[in-house]
Amino acid sequence: MKPNRWRFAAVLAVTALVLAACGSSGSSSKASSSKAPTFPAGSTMDAIQKRGKLIVGTKFDQPLFGLKSATSGKVEGFDVDIAREMAKGIFGDVSNIDSKIQLVETVSKNREAFIQNGTVDIVVATYTVNDTRKQVVDFAGPYFLAHEDIMVKKADNTIKSVTDLNGKKVCSAQGSTSIKNLMAKAPQADTSITFDTYSQCADAMGDGRVQAVVTDNAILAGLVQNSGGKYKLLNAPFSDEPYGIGLKKGDNAFRSFLNDQLDKIEKDGTWKKLFTSTVASGGVETPTPPAPNRY
Amino acid sequence: MNAVLSHLGDYAHGMETTVVLTLVSYLGAFAIGLAVASCRVSPVPPLRAIGTLYIDVVRNVPLLVQFFIFFFGLTKVGIRFSPFTTSIIVLSMYHGAFVGEVVRAGVNTVDKGQIDAARALGFTFPAVLLLLVLPQAVRSVVQPLGNVFIALIKNSSVAYTISVVELTGTADRLNSELARAIAVFTGAAIGYLVLALASAFVLRQMEKRLAMVR
Repeated sequence: MKPNRWRFAAVLAVTALVLAACGSSGSSSKASSSKAPTFPAGSTMDAIQKRGKLIVGTKFDQPLFGLKSATSGKVEGFDVDIAREMAKGIFGDVSNIDSKIQLVETVSKNREAFIQNGTVDIVVATYTVNDTRKQVVDFAGPYFLAHEDIMVKKADNTIKSVTDLNGKKVCSAQGSTSIKNLMAKAPQADTSITFDTYSQCADAMGDGRVQAVVTDNAILAGLVQNSGGKYKLLNAPFSDEPYGIGLKKGDNAFRSFLNDQLDKIEKDGTWKKLFTSTVASGGVETPTPPAPNRY
Repeated sequence: MNAVLSHLGDYAHGMETTVVLTLVSYLGAFAIGLAVASCRVSPVPPLRAIGTLYIDVVRNVPLLVQFFIFFFGLTKVGIRFSPFTTSIIVLSMYHGAFVGEVVRAGVNTVDKGQIDAARALGFTFPAVLLLLVLPQAVRSVVQPLGNVFIALIKNSSVAYTISVVELTGTADRLNSELARAIAVFTGAAIGYLVLALASAFVLRQMEKRLAMVR
């Protein structure tokens, strides 16, 4: 009885091996047709390609940039599109590219932590490049130049520019740079109300807890679009906010790869196409894309 | 660590808010707890039902959910409290349920014979409760009441989600400014340890003086 069982096991093992060999040869022929580029061993791009997934931190509640659809469950927007273009650079322009991207929700305050502890490979999440952040993470890009602006209720005619926010209650997200920039321009603004997400700020304005919400115009445009005509964007920009792709500090090869990839999509018209179909639909004009800053 | 040392003033301010939140909410929780425990041991069935319902609902819904219901939910029906007031109310209610259960356990330690004797002497039920049962009940549960206090110190951090900048909030704001998560949140952790250990010391002294020796 015993030898028989061993023989059966051996046959099973051989069959499995043969099947596995067939399987892998089948998939490798498919991969070669899509021209996946090769990278130096040990590089981040190589590690991601071997893993088969690019792990991207993005926002799930940011209309136009990264918004999770309540019906389909898919996350859509300009940031997700940019991440997809980065993934194409690693895996080639394959039809199943979306299965090679794993999206992880990040909010304003956990972006650095997620990059530092390796939860994500890159963060594409309306992430403003600034010097404080550059001390702990690196940035590719910028891929978009936003401006901080003000959102108020449609009927509100008392606030016309940033200086009118003195003495008013203003909301912004915890962990964002908006409050600091606002305090520089309107030192008497009351910024005691802050939440995790901008959607909560918009909600608080609807409840009358604050009179204005400040953050990047592109983010506000999404909130205005979702408010059903209750809110309006002032178009009174008071700062420059270059959005970059966050990555682990010191990974220069990966950063330069991401910059090359951004360069490519900005030159071949992909950038413009993606922007027009996402952010521009919220009322933001399509600008010329900013050139990546290779510091 | 310099990140923390150069912002000690911010931490002190955050700790002050945490301490005020904790002390005021504990007073509220204690009052609610005594009331709920009294209801639960009352001879009146509707009062017992109210006490049981309160504990079943408040103790079993996550604190964060209760914060959101009170802060974002109630405004939709026209009831609006400031973030700080909302925090005091929700923290008091939530920990009141726990205090209530602790006190009820204490009530059960009071000798039934004493209650019967008091009733035989003509004391009404409220008088028996206030003068005889509750003082003994509370003294026998000083230690678990202290546990609720220490839990409250830590749970007060949830107030930051509705923008009360207490100790955790201070650290979080510093982190967004300095992007030094480890140092900044370790600073907050030390702050909580100082508060909790100091309260534990005070509670031990209180226990020595108050606890019933049987």
